[in-house]
Amino acid sequence: MVYLTRKAEFSASHLYHNPAFTPEENRRIFGKCNNPNGHGHNYTLEVTVKGEVDPRSGFVVDLKQLKEVMHREVLDAMDHRFLNKEVPEFLHRIPTTENIAIAIWQRLATQLESAKLHRVRVYETPDLFVDFYGEP
Amino acid sequence: MKAHLSRRYLFSASHRLHSEEMSTEENKRTYGKCNNPYGHGHNYIVEITVSGQVDEQTGMVCNLADLDTFIEREVLARFDHENLNTLQEFSKEVPTTENLCIQIYEIVHRGFPHAHLERVRLEETMMNSFEYTGKSS
Ligand SMILES: [Zn+2]
Repeated sequence: MVYLTRKAEFSASHLYHNPAFTPEENRRIFGKCNNPNGHGHNYTLEVTVKGEVDPRSGFVVDLKQLKEVMHREVLDAMDHRFLNKEVPEFLHRIPTTENIAIAIWQRLATQLESAKLHRVRVYETPDLFVDFYGEP
Repeated sequence: MKAHLSRRYLFSASHRLHSEEMSTEENKRTYGKCNNPYGHGHNYIVEITVSGQVDEQTGMVCNLADLDTFIEREVLARFDHENLNTLQEFSKEVPTTENLCIQIYEIVHRGFPHAHLERVRLEETMMNSFEYTGKSS
């Protein structure tokens, strides 16, 4: 089994707000991230796939195909977007780094042909990142 | 769904690697420059990974403010800008980065109630890093 990781970057804005909470609860739980006008990050995405090396091509995965899928499913949808309003997953779910990693996993998992998705890692900043392995 | 959240923190500390159980010669041979009697320091980066179910209401594994507050109080306040050899934590063991990594793991494992601790990774320099995932593994 070989693991292959491809990186990408996207910039997006978001805010954390749960309409089920009172304004005070929203402020207490989400702090600065609750600012109603939103704020943004430069996200770094790392997608790791795993598989056996194809004896003919020597590849775990066709990197060109992986790149295309990441572009189409993630970057086109999230880069330079306001996540809360423009990405369907986040109309009713808070776009935390955890939920962004889960949404990206769900977008990619069905689209990959040869290799299996192993991990989606999303860096919100260099000091904060989330790993999702598709665990229930 | 279960996710892993990792957060990195910086602290600076000095240490001297020296074992009372070894002769002067053996200490020099084992620890090299790190045995210098006056010690030396590092900018450590500690990376804490916790895991848990992503809360439906908050979208979080655990509140980052809780983790930051805990790490600042229990880890950074204890080790930042200290001479590790003078701390009670290292009265009986050599403050290698391996031992420091294990100590930080034990502090977080014992004291942080809001998520499951998966791993402590400690970078001593850009070239060296250590990871501890608990006793069983
Ligand atoms: Zn944010």
